[in-house]
Amino acid sequence: MSTGIEAHGPTAGEYIVHHLTHLTSTGHAQTAIIDWSVWNLDTLFFSIGLGIVTLLILIKAASKATSGVPGRFQAAIEILVEMVADQAKGIVHSAESRKFVAPVALTVFFWIFLMNSMDFLPVDLLPKIWALISGNEHAYLRVVPTADLNGTLGMSIGVLLICVYYNIKIKGFGGWIHELFTAPFGSHPLLYPINFLMQMIEFLAKTVSHGMRLFGNMYAGELVFMLIALMGGTATVYGFLGHIVAGSIWAVFHILIVALQAFIFMMLTLVYIGQAHESH
Amino acid sequence: MNLNATLVAQLVVFFILAWVTMKFVWPPIVKALDERAKKIADGLTAADKAKSDLAHAEKKVVEEMRKARESATDVRAAAEKQAAVFVDEARTEAARIIAQAREAAEAEAGVAAQRAKEALRDQVAQLAVAGAEKILRKEINAQAHADLLANLKQELQ
Repeated sequence: MSTGIEAHGPTAGEYIVHHLTHLTSTGHAQTAIIDWSVWNLDTLFFSIGLGIVTLLILIKAASKATSGVPGRFQAAIEILVEMVADQAKGIVHSAESRKFVAPVALTVFFWIFLMNSMDFLPVDLLPKIWALISGNEHAYLRVVPTADLNGTLGMSIGVLLICVYYNIKIKGFGGWIHELFTAPFGSHPLLYPINFLMQMIEFLAKTVSHGMRLFGNMYAGELVFMLIALMGGTATVYGFLGHIVAGSIWAVFHILIVALQAFIFMMLTLVYIGQAHESH
Repeated sequence: MNLNATLVAQLVVFFILAWVTMKFVWPPIVKALDERAKKIADGLTAADKAKSDLAHAEKKVVEEMRKARESATDVRAAAEKQAAVFVDEARTEAARIIAQAREAAEAEAGVAAQRAKEALRDQVAQLAVAGAEKILRKEINAQAHADLLANLKQELQ
C-alpha cells in the first residue's frame, strides 16, 4: 500500500509518494497521464482560496486608497503596484493594453507569491488536519497549488490566450496569420511551412517552459522539505538536529525562491504579452 | 505530475482574478498614486513660489524701510524749517508790538508833557501877574492888560 502513514509507520518511499499524491475527485490517485474527468480538489481549493485572499487584500487596499498620507498597509501595496506598473511600462508599450496587462501582472505576482508561500507551512500540518477532518487517516492532500502542473500550466495557457488576443488585436487577424507564415525567415512560399513550424514551436515552448519553470521550482522545493521532514522522522538525535539545521536553511533559501519565481512568472507574462505587440 | 481538468479550472480562475483586479483594484490605487504625485509636485511648486515670494517681500521691506527713513528725514527737515519760520515770524511780530507800544507810550508821554507845559505856562502867567502886581504895587486892570498877558503867554510857548 502506498497510501501513507500506517500502524507500523510508512517507509520513506511511502511517505514521499503519499505526500505527492493529490486529493482527487475520484478519491484515488490518477493513473493516466492525462485524464480530463479528474479534478485535483486540493489544488482547486487552495488556489481559489488564495485567489480570494489575494483579491480581498488588493480590494481592501484599493477601497482605502487615498492621495493623502498612506498607512503602512497601503504603502506596501502601493510599492507592489508601482513596481508592477513600472515593469509593465518598460515592456508593454501600449497604454491601452497596459490597462489590462498591468493588473494581470499584479494578480499573477500576488497570487503566485501566496500559493508558493504554502510551502512554508510544515509539510505534515495541513494533511494531518485534513486527515482528522475527513476521518480518513490515509487521506491525500497537497497544499502547494503551484507544485501541481495543472495549476502552473493553467496560468501559462491563460497567458498564451492573452498573447493570441493581443496578436489579433494589434496586427489584425490577417496580419497575424501573415506573420505566422512569413516570420522569422522571410516571405517565400518555400519558407511558409518552416516559418509556421517555428512559430508553433515558439508558442509551445514559451507556454510549456513558462508553466514548467514555476512548477519545477516549487515541486522540487516541496520535495526537499519532505526529505528534510523524513530526516526528523527518524527520531534520532542526529536526525532531529539535521532537520532543524537543514529545515531552517532551506526555508530561508526558499523565501528567495518563492518571491523570485513569482516575480519571474510575472515578468515573463509581461514579456510574452509585450512580444505579441511587436511585429516581426 | 498528471494533467487533468484542474488545468481548465485554473485557467478560468486566472481570468476571473485578472478581471476583478483590472476592474476594482488597479484603477483606484493608480488613481490615488497619480493624485498624490500631482499633490507632491504642486506642493513643491508652491514651496518654491513661497520662497521666491519671501525673498521678494524681504527686498520690498528693506526698500520700504529705506523710503520711510528718507521721508522721515525730509519731514523733520521741513518741520525744522517751518519752526524756524514760525520763530522768525514771532520775533518780527514781537518787535513790531514792542515798537508800537513804545510809540504809543512816547505819544502819550508827549501829550502829557504838553499838557504839563500848558498848565505850567498858565501858572507862570499868573505868577508873573501876581509878581508884577506886587512889584508895581498898583492895581492893574486885568482887562486892560489882557492883550499884554496873552502876548506874554505866547512868547513863553
